[in-house]
Amino acid sequence: MRFLVVAVAALLLAPGATAAGRPVQADLEAEIVCLTCKTTLDQSNAPIAIRMKSYIRDRIAAGDSAAEIKAQLVDQFGPGVLAEPPRSGFDLLAWALPLGALAFGVLLVGALAWTWSRRGDDEPEVSDAVLDPDLERRLDDELDRFEA
Amino acid sequence: MIGNVRAVGQVLAVAAVVGLLVLLGWKLVFGDGSGASGKLARGDSPVAPNFTLPRIDAKGGDLTFASLRGRPVVVNFWASWCIPCKDEAPALQKTYETYRSQGLVVLGVDAKDFRQDGKRFIRRYGITYPVVADGRGSTLGKWGVAGFPETFFVDRQGHLVGSVIQGGVDLGRNRERYAEGIRLALASSK
Repeated sequence: MRFLVVAVAALLLAPGATAAGRPVQADLEAEIVCLTCKTTLDQSNAPIAIRMKSYIRDRIAAGDSAAEIKAQLVDQFGPGVLAEPPRSGFDLLAWALPLGALAFGVLLVGALAWTWSRRGDDEPEVSDAVLDPDLERRLDDELDRFEA
Repeated sequence: MIGNVRAVGQVLAVAAVVGLLVLLGWKLVFGDGSGASGKLARGDSPVAPNFTLPRIDAKGGDLTFASLRGRPVVVNFWASWCIPCKDEAPALQKTYETYRSQGLVVLGVDAKDFRQDGKRFIRRYGITYPVVADGRGSTLGKWGVAGFPETFFVDRQGHLVGSVIQGGVDLGRNRERYAEGIRLALASSK
């Protein structure tokens, strides 16, 4: 369990980098958006995407970290170049709103389920009333025929 | 109780639909559609959207578009990775050299491009007119730029004139429109 927590934390804190801290080209290409086609670089062969891949390759070779390469691209093209919006400032809304909507949905479903279960409690229970003698005789006949 | 919950749900659903319709109406009525180029195509002569961007030509510093008011301007949106932009570069430079004495300015907007690539492009094609960098592409929506290259003509009052040229300028299919745009920009009085 502890290993899992550490692994998840490492993934969250250092996206686009190996455990040794060296950026991985493929990871960065999945985290950067092509400026003209709006898909991630790994899904695009547009001229600007090819140029951006080349830039990333050059910066990795020059020894830059994933965070530094991303910062350089944001400086050139703005935060929209990141596939994931930053987890700070106004962009935090992009993360908070879906979670908030999910929490609202869960609460709504819970409230509805509670309401419906309460309605079930209010309904009169099935009584042990004696069946009509004619109906009971027919039922017995049917059961006898079924068992025969 | 269940009736109340259902009523609240229905009200919320209707409110959501009405809200989306209001947003759609707002966008249709007040949205800028395809930007300045859309208004120009509809027969208007809108004021060219202003911007302040860093220059990547030899002069450096920032350039505010409004500071060119009083001069006819040919605004060319381009990027170094765009093939037709390379083909048209000599024609734009020639235009600048030909009409500079009449006050005309050619202004390049290098958008969605690495600044270093833009500077290399300027050196390679011997561009001497002012060029600004718009890496984020923040001007494209306001101007209604749909692709690269795209060229606009602005008169001395700062209004768009002529028609937008999509694709390389001064080619067979648009040579007349290009000349007409320059003529209209120059013809405007101070």
